Amino acid sequence: MWLENWDELSPAEKFNARFDDWTSPPGAQFASPAIARAYTERVRLFRDAIQLNKPTRVPLHFFSGFYAIRYAGLTVEEAMYDYEKLGAAMKQFNADFMPDALASAMTAGPAKAFELLDLKLYRWPRHGVPPTAPFQYVEAEYMRADEYDLLLADPTNYFLRYYLPRIFGNLAPWQKLAALTDLTEWPLMGSALVALGNPEVQAAFEKLLAAGCAALEWMKACGAINSAIVNALGLVPLTSGFSKAPFDTLGDTLRGTRPIMVDKFHQPQKIIAACERLTPLAVEMAVRAANGARKPIVLIPLHKGADGFMSEKDFKTFYWTSLKQTILGIVAEGVVPMMFVEGGYNSRLDIIADPDIPKGTTLWMFDKTDLKAVKKRFGGWACFGGNVPVSLLATGTPKQVEEYVRRLIDEVAPDGGFILSTGAVVDDARPENLRAMIETGRAYGVYQ
Amino acid sequence: MTDELVAAIVEMRDGDALALTKQRLDDDANPLTILDECRAAMEIVGKRFEVGEYFLPELILAGEMMKQIAAQVKPRLQSPSAAQKRAKVIIGTVQGDIHDIGKDIVALMLDINGFEVHDLGVDVPPEKFVEQIAILQPQVVALSGLLTIIFDSMKETIAAIQAAGLRERVKIMIGGGTVDEQVRGYVGADAYGKDAIAAVALAKAWEHDHVA
Ligand code: B12
Repeated sequence: MWLENWDELSPAEKFNARFDDWTSPPGAQFASPAIARAYTERVRLFRDAIQLNKPTRVPLHFFSGFYAIRYAGLTVEEAMYDYEKLGAAMKQFNADFMPDALASAMTAGPAKAFELLDLKLYRWPRHGVPPTAPFQYVEAEYMRADEYDLLLADPTNYFLRYYLPRIFGNLAPWQKLAALTDLTEWPLMGSALVALGNPEVQAAFEKLLAAGCAALEWMKACGAINSAIVNALGLVPLTSGFSKAPFDTLGDTLRGTRPIMVDKFHQPQKIIAACERLTPLAVEMAVRAANGARKPIVLIPLHKGADGFMSEKDFKTFYWTSLKQTILGIVAEGVVPMMFVEGGYNSRLDIIADPDIPKGTTLWMFDKTDLKAVKKRFGGWACFGGNVPVSLLATGTPKQVEEYVRRLIDEVAPDGGFILSTGAVVDDARPENLRAMIETGRAYGVYQ
Repeated sequence: MTDELVAAIVEMRDGDALALTKQRLDDDANPLTILDECRAAMEIVGKRFEVGEYFLPELILAGEMMKQIAAQVKPRLQSPSAAQKRAKVIIGTVQGDIHDIGKDIVALMLDINGFEVHDLGVDVPPEKFVEQIAILQPQVVALSGLLTIIFDSMKETIAAIQAAGLRERVKIMIGGGTVDEQVRGYVGADAYGKDAIAAVALAKAWEHDHVA
């Protein structure tokens, strides 16, 4: 860590150290002192909102999907494969809309790396969908119903030898690998290494190394694009990375939507045990992201715990228990988890507004949940935002958007602790509508 | 006897439900009564969903049970079930979208309520809807979709139905994820339904509307 006495700091001290560091980012070269000030002020907006103080104005955010590149006239394919075009598009979009939180170049992802590995988990342009379509998740039982015990025994081993060979066509030979935990004693180590000599396994490693290079190239390109925008415009790169609710890792990625629901009847205890097992991994993923990018906020999208997905009782048992531990683990490191609460959470509010989570340490962005009800429970406890419908941005008029945003601000923003944002990821919008959202927030969201 | 199968389905004991079905078929029970019991059980499941006692997992498991029981029973059926069906409904997730959980729930609830449901699946192109409407002549068309980028797909689908001269013969409802009343206006559907229960209510209200 960048502070020597890091381990001695309390969660609140870590929080402050992270936010201070974010406020004056090492290596930033702002275009002018005015831009540097604008950056600092924007960080202050988010920090105040999160700590439940009244900022000078409501911070402006939206969940940036593929709209930014569409706006600039790029196809998704171009954004994924041509970093120069991507850079120009992101610069244009951010300069034209000026949200407080930067729309990042990284959304498009390192398609070349995925191509080298023959990723099966998604389809994307050149790989099964038209050039204009965003990537699409291919749902399947990448983990089988009878494999919970393997996952529980050693998640990393399970990923190496079962999950990764299934999702990456070119890593299929990894099924042959021995468990790396075999590498302990002289007589055991030899046989543990043998599979690594297999030509197919070696070819798989070569692909992986090449994919690593492609990912690094992507990271450098996107890093340079983002820095250039931040330096020129003073926008704030809001999140440092991702983590997941343990139940969603199981339900989204490993088992799939339908199978996880059937598992709830056939092997409920295994789900609970797996969520527990995945919790420290989820915490570590978040903290590592925050440390690596030196930015305190980590995004956690919530998928399969929404209203209707299970009863309240099951929500507590299967979803919330491990998510709460994940949140507490992240907060203890002074990192701010930003929950993207997809769908409706109207029946969950009393559960998630949990007094065990220290106030002013978390951030909750809602989709279809009634924000007035959120305000009642979250006021004085945690920062929240979101809710501007993407359907309105895609099909409405600027006037409608303006009215919506004004009403939202009137109803839930007055005491601070609120961030203006969309309810879902923006892949499609009328530019005048997105502009109306941001500009209404900028003008009407000023605190007296 | 008969209550046992109904209870197994309603209580989500899928193993028991399948074993009972198998045993009953082995004992030469009338396959039609088995299907009647399934229907009775599904009505209870549907009611519990409506009142908020059951949720997605129960509907999904119940749907699975129906599929598996039907697979066991179908080979024994002499003639297709003669049960009186209500109006015909064509349902599908529109082109560009593969979300099907919501659509399946809507289809299941319509089916439980006695509608004759034809499910065209996911990522369904406009031509397919048009073709199937011409063949099946449904009273109701239900379009599902969760992504904002499919608003235009819905619009194109409805335009294609119009262009084929079939628009006046069907009532069209839309729903799913980010779809709302605003989108209904944009795509030109007759109604937006916020959930499966709304879908059933709409279909019921519409089924006698149309004399083609
Ligand atoms: C589960 C899920 C998935 C699963 C789908 C599994 C499956 N077999 O369907 C997987 C993981 C595959 C998936 C993939 C993707 N998803 Co998704 N997904 C969800 C999630 C979490 C839940 C959707 C769901 O099943 N809800 C439960 C069902 C029961 O609800 P429902 O569909 O709304 O249906 C109810 C009502 O709407 C209504 N209804 C539905 N259809 C109809 C039709 C009629 C006629 C009527 C009257 C009513 C009606 O009745 C239903 C029952 O009450 C939502 C977020 C959320 N919580 O809503 C995101 C969400 C829909 N997904 C989203 C995205 C972006 C994607 C991906 C593009 C992600 C990616 N980049 O890969 C892909 C898209 C792939 C594609 N081309 O379709 C976004 C869409 C945002 C946007 N701007 O468009 C959402 C909203 C998440 C978000 N907040 O950003 N997803």
